[in-house]
Amino acid sequence: MAAISREEVAHLARLSRLAVTEDELDMFAGQLDVILQSVARIGDVAADDIPPTSHSVPLTNVYRDDVVTPSLTQEEVLAGGPDVAEGRFRVPRILSEEE
Amino acid sequence: MSAVSDVTRMTAAQIAGLISSGEASAVEVTTAHLDRITAVDERVHAFLHVDREGALAAAADVDTRRGKGEELGPLAGVPIAVKDVVTTKGVPTTAASKILEGWKPPYDATIVSRLRGAGMVMLGKTNMDEFAMGSSTEYSAYGPTNNPWDLGRIPGGSGGGSAASLAAYEAPLAIGTDTGGSIRQPGAVTGTVGAKPTYGGTSRYGLIAFSSSLDTPGPCARTVEDTALLHAVIAGHDPRDSTSIPQPVPDVVAAARLGATGDLTGVKLGVVKEFAGEGAEPGVIAAFHESVEALVKLGAEIVEISCPHFEYALPAYYLIAPSEASSNLARFDGVRYGLRVGDDGNRSLEEVMSLTRDGGFGPEVKRRIILGTYALSSGYYDAYYGQAQKVRTLITRDFTKAFEQVDVLISPTTPFVAFPFGSRTSDPYQMYLADLYTIPTNLYGGPAISVPCGLSEGLPVGFQIMAPTMADDRMYRVAAALESAVGTFTPPEL
Repeated sequence: MAAISREEVAHLARLSRLAVTEDELDMFAGQLDVILQSVARIGDVAADDIPPTSHSVPLTNVYRDDVVTPSLTQEEVLAGGPDVAEGRFRVPRILSEEE
Repeated sequence: MSAVSDVTRMTAAQIAGLISSGEASAVEVTTAHLDRITAVDERVHAFLHVDREGALAAAADVDTRRGKGEELGPLAGVPIAVKDVVTTKGVPTTAASKILEGWKPPYDATIVSRLRGAGMVMLGKTNMDEFAMGSSTEYSAYGPTNNPWDLGRIPGGSGGGSAASLAAYEAPLAIGTDTGGSIRQPGAVTGTVGAKPTYGGTSRYGLIAFSSSLDTPGPCARTVEDTALLHAVIAGHDPRDSTSIPQPVPDVVAAARLGATGDLTGVKLGVVKEFAGEGAEPGVIAAFHESVEALVKLGAEIVEISCPHFEYALPAYYLIAPSEASSNLARFDGVRYGLRVGDDGNRSLEEVMSLTRDGGFGPEVKRRIILGTYALSSGYYDAYYGQAQKVRTLITRDFTKAFEQVDVLISPTTPFVAFPFGSRTSDPYQMYLADLYTIPTNLYGGPAISVPCGLSEGLPVGFQIMAPTMADDRMYRVAAALESAVGTFTPPEL
């Protein structure tokens, strides 16, 4: 039985903001199914009472003193943008016509 | 000039000696390496960008300062190659992705600042699998790197460019990053040394993030001592990385020099039972066991250790790393840097973003983003991501228990030697198996090193030494001892 369907992959691609092509969907659906079936055996491990590990470093709440230090200028920050106008990043429209 | 005619064959320690004694200038040394790159990189393709002007200027600066009698660091004037996932101010940084083509970062990564501060000379940026996702450099958007041992085979990945630059004598030192084995596995298949420091022992500030709880920058070289010298330059607490460990760095250089004396009396080595038998190529297993015997002759004591949860490390990794990647790579939205596709004045931000990401990311990156999005989805989170985090705890316990009995754990670095191009790209899971033995360390957070230990059918085999967190010195001692017993391995002339 397939672990993941072509429709599910299409939905996940939409959530991930990836405008995948039909050919990509065909390829990814099969490959992701193989990968998911291979990693699914992680469920065989009895771990109900085991705490999760998100990080190997036993540090929490790392603070610094509230002191202003040098940072990048506006020009430096904007220099890599694909479309910049009036000291800002210019973006395509956010709302559709109906909205 | 005769002293520098074969400077590209020397170790970093030897080059540093020549420069500090005045027998060679940093400019001469840098020029020799740039000439070597010009001569061979068309065939090797280790570099995505060579910064000739920047390198010569940095070298000239070292020579000027030395001429004034300034006290310089132990690696001043020594050239180095830097993996393209590390930001370098004003020097193109792409992570081998089309989505960042032509991007020039406005700042240096902390480890790059430390290289510059030490007077080291950056030659350029090395090729890799896109966003460090892969084990062969075949997923680079700019074409693969060829293994100097056999140009028809992969140089490992993701840091194949850094490892190949060493094996091709284009650089004596290189920087890599290791999320699941991306320093160690390329080291193994190119006959070079690569160390993954303790997570938090080297700063992640300025690394283009892949999996933030695993990413670790580290040193690559042709000898264990050189690797340790570079480790000492880049390691140490960085207030700009909140996971950086505020403790002194172990003296890895002294440990490497102690190991080079060839005495391991009283040192207990744990052979990971699950990684020493089936699953690897016979030639890899044979070279590994011969090396274990060599270490016994140096006085080491061998204990077989079972780590029962290591077999679940690969599945846990391929849930945790893609999950973190799917979040980290959300920053590539076509707004603040890099590529923008399809902005015709009519399309919405969301449409442009989706076209940009589909056009800018390669297939492996898309697979992992989709896989990670799946593992984090409501309804699947507990079964996949949550379960993987619990297994991570069990793997850490396997390590902790093992280190109550032995000083370090040992295994082959990777199950197979360098494979031919194209042999593992059609089935992504076959590619993932290259990292079978390196991944447990990343999940635990400890340090590990790969050191060449022999040849199998003419291709290099790597030996992995894993140590407890913040005991990086232990692995250097054992690695240097093994190197003293088996020697280093030289690829055929290019």
